[in-house]
Amino acid sequence: MTKAELVEKVAERIDLTKKHTEVIVNTVFQSITEALASGDKVELRGFGSFRVRHRDSREGRNPKTGATVFIPAKKVPFFKAGKELREMIDS
Amino acid sequence: MTKIEIVNVVADRTGLTKVKAEEAVEAVLQLMKECLAQGEPIILRRFGSFQVRQKSARIGRNPKTGQGAEIPARKVVRFKAGKYFKEAVNTGRLPGTGGESV
Repeated sequence: MTKAELVEKVAERIDLTKKHTEVIVNTVFQSITEALASGDKVELRGFGSFRVRHRDSREGRNPKTGATVFIPAKKVPFFKAGKELREMIDS
Repeated sequence: MTKIEIVNVVADRTGLTKVKAEEAVEAVLQLMKECLAQGEPIILRRFGSFQVRQKSARIGRNPKTGQGAEIPARKVVRFKAGKYFKEAVNTGRLPGTGGESV
């Protein structure tokens, strides 16, 4: 499912225009992005939670040349599915 | 941040009532769940993608007791963040907005 398809389905279900719904869908994902960028976490009951995970720096290797490269520490977004979603998937 | 805060932002930016905004946010999450429950991936540009993956059974270990336990085969959701989302989280600013921090 793409964003356009999601917008279409949401618009149908809640009876709003696609234009309006697109703003809503964008806002949802933009809010999550902004929250994590500022170091916050987002918990959506029944769906899951988005958190920031820290990755330590490490020595990596270029698989083509075999050269060792330094990979700096970084922060990455992490999603953990909520109980309801996990149960819906695995049944 | 919880759903209520997202609902408030949606209401602010769209001029919808909070009741309608909540209905909308709920519908977004519900439809995403339904999609994944059917095994279909969700691909959202910039934000990332959600995919259902089959995990095979394996022997796990209870970290407290050290006892081995069979973890059955199961399906799990895998989220892969998009480039924009990753960059925003790693740098603390939204890419392409002139660099103001969040």
